[in-house]
Amino acid sequence: MQTPIVVQEVHKNFGEVKALRDISFTVNEGELFGLIGPDGAGKSTLFRILTTLLLADKGKATVNGLDVVKDYKAIRKIVGYMPGRFSLYQDLTVQENLDFFATIFNTTVKENYGLIEEIYVQIAPFKDRPAGKLSGGMKQKLALCCALVHKPTVLFLDEPTTGVDPVSRKEFWEMLQRLRQKGIAILVSTPYMDEAILCGRVALIQNGALLKIDTPQQITREFSKPLWAVKAKQMYRLIQDLRSFEDTDSCYAFGEYLHLTLKHGEADVDKLRAYLQPKGHEQFDMVPITAGIEDCFMELMKSEKQQ
Amino acid sequence: MRTIRFILQKEFLQIFRNKSMLRIILVIPIVQLLVLSNAANYEIKNLAIDVVDHDHSAWSQRLVNKLTASGYFKIYRHSFDRKAAFEDLELDKADIVLMIPPHFERDLVRENEATLQLLVNAINGSKAGLANGYANSIIRDFNQGIRTEWLAMDKHSGPAVIDVTYSNWFNVRLDYKVFMVPGILVALVTMIAAFLSGMNIVKEKEIGTIEQLNVTPIRKHHFILGKLIPFWIVALFELAFGLLIGKLVFSLPIGGSLWLIFLFAAVYLWVMLGMGLLISTFTETQQQAMFIAWFFVIIFLLMSGLFTPVENMPQWAQTLTWFNPIAYFVKVIRMVLLKGSDWGNIQSYLLIMLAYALVMNGVAILNYRKTS
Repeated sequence: MQTPIVVQEVHKNFGEVKALRDISFTVNEGELFGLIGPDGAGKSTLFRILTTLLLADKGKATVNGLDVVKDYKAIRKIVGYMPGRFSLYQDLTVQENLDFFATIFNTTVKENYGLIEEIYVQIAPFKDRPAGKLSGGMKQKLALCCALVHKPTVLFLDEPTTGVDPVSRKEFWEMLQRLRQKGIAILVSTPYMDEAILCGRVALIQNGALLKIDTPQQITREFSKPLWAVKAKQMYRLIQDLRSFEDTDSCYAFGEYLHLTLKHGEADVDKLRAYLQPKGHEQFDMVPITAGIEDCFMELMKSEKQQ
Repeated sequence: MRTIRFILQKEFLQIFRNKSMLRIILVIPIVQLLVLSNAANYEIKNLAIDVVDHDHSAWSQRLVNKLTASGYFKIYRHSFDRKAAFEDLELDKADIVLMIPPHFERDLVRENEATLQLLVNAINGSKAGLANGYANSIIRDFNQGIRTEWLAMDKHSGPAVIDVTYSNWFNVRLDYKVFMVPGILVALVTMIAAFLSGMNIVKEKEIGTIEQLNVTPIRKHHFILGKLIPFWIVALFELAFGLLIGKLVFSLPIGGSLWLIFLFAAVYLWVMLGMGLLISTFTETQQQAMFIAWFFVIIFLLMSGLFTPVENMPQWAQTLTWFNPIAYFVKVIRMVLLKGSDWGNIQSYLLIMLAYALVMNGVAILNYRKTS
């Protein structure tokens, strides 16, 4: 069995813009590999190179041992691709879309029903509805079904959960876990950092360069600085005050708390309390916490920017 | 082949699901044929004429009668007020003013010579030309008539008169509808082939489905053929449908072989489909494709001889029509339907069309490869 995805020193420029810089990574069999990064980081460009839609300027990439340039025809037969934008026929029904994509891969829905069954039963009640009239979550499930209908060995999912409600997002990731267990290698991109923890390994991408590739657990373990969750009644004023404090290292809003790191760690806590005292924040609360994956990414992105 | 079949299946499913597409296919030919064929008529009748008669003689009266009796002219005002007549001309109430000078009869009888003045409203050039032509020929006729009358009461001993008689071949009653319907059919199938094919391909780009299709075993030629063949079939169906309406409503004569028309159309449509494909390769949205296709089709149509004869155009424009596929089809469909031309008459045109189809599609496919 060949390594599902191997990317070696891939570069891609669009005119002046360096879309991808020296990208290298591998995805192993039965691995769910996450590509995490903000919009415009180069995620879709990388997907387009790996799915043979775009040629890299430099570097080499193989999918299942097949070269993305030379063997593009063979690759197109064995991969499943879900573009970032919903790309099925909105005027065809769910069933017609599925049948169409099955037939052009020279197969039938029945033949590979085992693989898509679990997803298919969820969209089956709407099988006579035009794809354009489905909800966001249903559209993504249908798109996943269509990408799976020919039993691909590698799956490329470009931001599959963007614009999908939290419940559907959760379901979608559960499906990906089960597909992974069936031995399909999955490369998935997402702008949502909280989804990173669901991947086997993640690569953080920013401005066309990979910042880090590791398991989410290892990435959080490497977060060295002490971290506090801070809260007060007037959050906006608090964030302003904290950011103007001279020894603040970073301060980001995470839900109802602010996550704060200080330049000299514990040593600065008393100084901070003294600084905040005259500002008179009501219901002030500050507790030490362990870092989550998002804190790590914010940290990595910050240090990248400073370079 | 299998793949193409599945794409075709999908395309037809989409075409028949699209309600506006169905309307385009069924309603447009009926409306175009019924409205345009009746409206596009070169024969001008009931031209409004002002007669300013300063003579008021028996002869001037006879001339006016002869004009109105022709059926081409209708008196709008009969006066001796020159000013009123000019006003009518300015207000577009009169198309033509005939001035009969004082002493018209006297001069005609005594001096054997008299002058008339015709003022023609030439805003509409072809109408003015026709009005002038009609009036002149009637006046000439009148002139000849009175001369024969004076010189000899007996027609046979009078001066030799060349009497031209004529008959209209291939369109005996000079029925303009019979002339227009085949041309309008050409316009119809051209629009289906050039507009819809290009727009349909661009639509896949616009809604992003091409991205998904490209990561499948579908090859470029599968995709292109799968996209063009449906509109080729639809256009041929439209031609059949239009011919049927022409036959039933306008009793369109079918002088030659229908097979020949469909053979020519089948080749011609590939030229237009190729044009649509070419346009789709350098446009990103349906609007862009539509506007560019419209630009070319309208020029091709206006210069095709559909409305104005190619022979009336200046030499450079006539040369341009050699490169105008619509002009060939307009010519051939009229030749076959009205004149009954056969294979021998049209085979050279068919070969030219075949060459154009190959060139157009070749360029389009090359360009398609480059851009994606």
